[in-house]
Amino acid sequence: MTAATAVPTRAPALAPRLKAALVLFVLFALVPPVVMAADDPFLILIATRILAYAIAAMALDLILGYGAMVSFGHAAYLGFGTYAVAILSSYGVTDIFVQMLGAVLVSALFALVTGAISLRTRGVYFIMITLAFGQMAFFFFISLSAYGGDDGYGLSQRSTVLGSAILENDVTLYYATLAVLIALFALCHRIVGSRFGRVLTGIRENPVRMEAIGFSPFRYQLTAFVISGCMTSLAGVLLANQAEFVSPAFMSWHRSGELIVMVVLGGIGTLTGAIGGAVAALLLEEVLGMLTEHWQLWFGIFLVLMVLFSPRGITGLVEQMRGRRE
Amino acid sequence: MSRLEITQLNKSFGALKVTDDVSLNVEPGEVHAIIGPNGAGKTTLIAQLSGELRPDSGRIVLDGRDITQTSMPERVHLGLARSFQITQVLPSFTVLDNVALAVQARQGSSYRFFGNVASEEALNAAAMRALRDAGLEDRAGARASALSHGEHRRLELACALATEPQLLLLDEPLAGVGGEDAEAFIARLRALRGRLTMVLIEHDMDAVFALATRLSVLVYGRIIATGTPEEVRSDPAVRAAYLGEEEMPA
Repeated sequence: MTAATAVPTRAPALAPRLKAALVLFVLFALVPPVVMAADDPFLILIATRILAYAIAAMALDLILGYGAMVSFGHAAYLGFGTYAVAILSSYGVTDIFVQMLGAVLVSALFALVTGAISLRTRGVYFIMITLAFGQMAFFFFISLSAYGGDDGYGLSQRSTVLGSAILENDVTLYYATLAVLIALFALCHRIVGSRFGRVLTGIRENPVRMEAIGFSPFRYQLTAFVISGCMTSLAGVLLANQAEFVSPAFMSWHRSGELIVMVVLGGIGTLTGAIGGAVAALLLEEVLGMLTEHWQLWFGIFLVLMVLFSPRGITGLVEQMRGRRE
Repeated sequence: MSRLEITQLNKSFGALKVTDDVSLNVEPGEVHAIIGPNGAGKTTLIAQLSGELRPDSGRIVLDGRDITQTSMPERVHLGLARSFQITQVLPSFTVLDNVALAVQARQGSSYRFFGNVASEEALNAAAMRALRDAGLEDRAGARASALSHGEHRRLELACALATEPQLLLLDEPLAGVGGEDAEAFIARLRALRGRLTMVLIEHDMDAVFALATRLSVLVYGRIIATGTPEEVRSDPAVRAAYLGEEEMPA
C-alpha cells in the first residue's frame, strides 16, 4: 500500500456555497431583463450599486472572515477607487483599465504601509488603528479642494473601455460590474483553497500553533490585507461610474461599518455570504427607506435578531434550512 | 558537536528568578528529561528554547548555530520543534490538514495563491506518515475539534513530527493522559528514540524513567543534578530536594 492511497478524501465543504454563488450570479444576470419589463430604469443603477458593494464586502470577508482581521477602515479603498476615476479622468485618462491600475497601485501602497503598522496590534486595537487610518484618508480627500473637498466632484463622463464609451449605457455598466464581481469571486475562491489561503485560515484559528510549525503570521496577514484593499478599490472604480459623482462620503467610517455589517449579515468567512449580505443590507435599506423615514431603527432590529438567532448570518440560515450541518 | 548547547541561561520575571544560570548540553540521539517540582521553571525553560520567550542573558546553540535571538518560526526551519503542554490545534481544520500545514511550512513556498492545496498528494502523504508515527492515522478525516483529549495529545505530537525536527521539545506530552493511552504513548515515543533528539518535560515518573537516557533536575530555576537515570536516582541532593517528596519508582 502506498501512502497516497491511505489519504482520506476530503468533504467538499465549499461546494454547496460555490453552488449558492452560481445561483446568485444567474439571478444577477436576469436582473436587467426583469427591470426592463418593469420599465423602471433607475432600478438598474440601484442594482449596479449593490453589486459594487458586494465586491467590497467580499474583499473585506477575505481578511475579516478568513484572516480574522476586522478592518474598520476599508471604505478608504472605496475612496481610492472613486477618486482614481475622478482624478485620472480630469487629466483626460478615461480608460477604466488604467483607472483600475491607478486605484490598485495607490491602495496597495496604502494597505502595505497602514497594514504593516496595524498588524502590530491585535483585537480591538487593530480595529481602532485601521479606523484611524481610514479617517486620515477621509480627511485628506475632504481637504482636496481641487476636487470639491467636502462637496464632492461630478464626473463629466463615465470611464471608457479601450476608447469606447459603452459604459454610458446603464445595462452595460451593470453587466461590467457583474463581470468584475464574478472574476474577483473566482479569484478569492482560488486563494481561499490555496496554500496561501490555508496559512491565512490557520493563523485565524491559532497563531501560536502556526508559529510552532514555522509560519510567521505577520507577512501572510499583510499580503492578504493588501490583496483585500486592492480588490475593494475596484469596487470604488465601479461605484464612481455608477454615481457619476465622487465625494469623501464614500470613505467615511460609516461606510466601513456598513461593509462589516454586510459581511456579518451574510455570514463571516464564506465569500458567498458577503455577496448575499451586501444584497440583503442594501435591498433592506431601499425597501425600508420607502416605507418609513426611520428605516435605520428597523434595520437595527433586524440586525440584532439576525446576530442573535443566526450568528453565521444568512449563510447559516440557508444551510440550517437545508438541513445541512457541518 | 552537541545538538543543543545551553550556556548560563538566565530569566527573571520581576524579582522572581525562573531560570537561574542554567547550562546544559544535549547530545544527538539522546532523550534528555528535565524534571522538577511544580514551579521549578521547566515550561519557562522550554519556552526559551523554542523561542517563545527571550532569555535575559546566556546563549542557546543548536547544531553549532547561535539561535538565542532567533524567532520561533525560524527555529522550526532550523530543525527545532516543540509540543505544547496545553494542546494547540487548528480546531476547524481536519486532523490531516492540521498536519499537512506543518509539512507545507517546510515544503515549498506558501505564497501560492491558485493551486488547490487539499489535492497536493506530497503534503498529504507526508502528513499521513507523521500521523502514523503518532498513532492517529485512523482519525485523519476528523475535525480537530472533535478529538478526545488523548487524541489531541497525539495530534500535538504529529504536528511537531511533521516539521521533521532534529530536536524535539516535548512539554508534558502525557499531561492528562492516563492508563493504557499513556502506555501506548510512551511506546510511540520510545519508537522515535534514536531517530531524533528529544528534550522532555514530564511529571509522570514512569514515562521519564522509561524514556530518558539522561536526566536533569531543575529546582527553583537551577539545575541541581544531571546524569543517567541511575545516577540521578541515587543523588542525595536530588532525593532531598525533589524525588523524596514523591513516589519513587523502584
